Amino acid sequence: MIVIRCPYCQQDRHEEELGYGGEAELLRPPEPDAVSDEAWADYLYFRNNTKGLYQEQWCCASGCGQWFKVARDTVSHNVVEVVRFDQKLATAGKAQ
Amino acid sequence: MNYNLANLVWQGLSGHRGWEPAWRTPQPKQHYDAVIIGGGGHGLATAYYLAKEHGMNNIAVLEKGWIGGGNTGRNTTNVRSDYMFPESASVYDLALRLYETLGKDLNYNIMLSQRGWLTLIHNQHQMEFARHKANWLNCNGLDGEIIGVEEVRKMLPLLNIGDNPRYAIQGAFLQRRGGTIRHDAVAWSYARAADKLGVDIIQNCAVEGFDFEAGRITAVRSSHGRIQTGRVGVAVAGHSGVVAQMAGFRLPITSHCLQAMVSEPVKPLLNHVVISPGTGVYINQTQKGELVMGGVLDLYPSYGQRGTFPTIEKVVTAAVEMFPSFGQMRLMRHWAGIVDISSDSSPILGQTPVDNLYINCGWGTGGFKAIPAGGYLLAHSIATGRQHDLTQPFSLQRFRDNRLVDEGAAAGIAH
Repeated sequence: MIVIRCPYCQQDRHEEELGYGGEAELLRPPEPDAVSDEAWADYLYFRNNTKGLYQEQWCCASGCGQWFKVARDTVSHNVVEVVRFDQKLATAGKAQ
Repeated sequence: MNYNLANLVWQGLSGHRGWEPAWRTPQPKQHYDAVIIGGGGHGLATAYYLAKEHGMNNIAVLEKGWIGGGNTGRNTTNVRSDYMFPESASVYDLALRLYETLGKDLNYNIMLSQRGWLTLIHNQHQMEFARHKANWLNCNGLDGEIIGVEEVRKMLPLLNIGDNPRYAIQGAFLQRRGGTIRHDAVAWSYARAADKLGVDIIQNCAVEGFDFEAGRITAVRSSHGRIQTGRVGVAVAGHSGVVAQMAGFRLPITSHCLQAMVSEPVKPLLNHVVISPGTGVYINQTQKGELVMGGVLDLYPSYGQRGTFPTIEKVVTAAVEMFPSFGQMRLMRHWAGIVDISSDSSPILGQTPVDNLYINCGWGTGGFKAIPAGGYLLAHSIATGRQHDLTQPFSLQRFRDNRLVDEGAAAGIAH
């Protein structure tokens, strides 16, 4: 079972108390009309779906309600890194 | 190797020492006309239909572990075709129709049991939705009907319909042709039939990468060395993204863990397959007597092929809510498979950004019921290089063209 310490309320939350929000650095293009159809489809549908270290967004859903960023191994479910949403993950862009 | 009565008696009398392997264990050749990655039901079916329908015999199936050891051996063995959009219905019903004759076609008992697939109806909204769905299925030429609460009571005497259940029952949506199949037998029957037609099934052979020339794959690099090939088919379900990454493109897919579990075996007490939309849990009883139960997927991406305790708790409590008498039973085994969930809950079939690489993925939680169609249609793509008429709506290109087949919203399926 995944247990993550929320970087805001500093409580250990297990997976039933957390919400999942997809890839960490996936940003909605600020001006959708300005991007190509290709880039828009990439944003909407296409995913890295990494096997290994994955950077993602989680929410302290049953706790303080804040979103934060997590680097987690998608095979072992080891949580390597947790930071607040306004911070960058040190492992960003790495899959191992 | 035939498993007929005379052979069984003879082998029984001679201590069962004369059975021969049902398929060969060859070393890979240097070159194949086509290589299929993934030795599950879809991959083996692809190999069989390539050899049988398209006369391609110089082909290999590469399997990282053992055949049928992935999702083919980890599902809850359910089959049905009650999908709403005509394009989905025609693919899933092709699969069910092929399953209906597969035992005879391959001379292998796949233990198809069309015992009826019931989706319970708990409230007025679900009743309206079921009526809507029944009309769609009618238009698609598929069987599907709504039955009242009295008939549900007759079909499922142990179901908690009572005075005050957590989820009241108003009736059920029933597809009588739905049911179960022994899943291992599907992998083994396709493997034996493909092997007979000359297909090399290579187990314990992991794919590690591809060699390219002018945008086309020329060889597959594997743990058994470099294998040259003219075409590649991919049927690896949850690991589709990993293979796509080796080939240099991404897919609109995330991999999730789907769990299931069985109880100890008991005498026959549940004659149909039943799912409750209220709890998301589905149950059937195997021919051996175990109750097979499954629930919804884990909502975060995962490649870990193992279960978790929160899901056991959710599934078991829901099962006992539906069938209070099951509370006395013990759980025997619990496992998980990695399923490939696409953005619109529909499969992705056919061409990819790589010229001679064809894919069959995105079946999500419903891959087992689609095996014959998935194999048949991928074989068509590999052999002809084109999309089959049935797979036109399911191309990878649909995500670029924004023509989704949103079966998740239409049929209310979990995947």
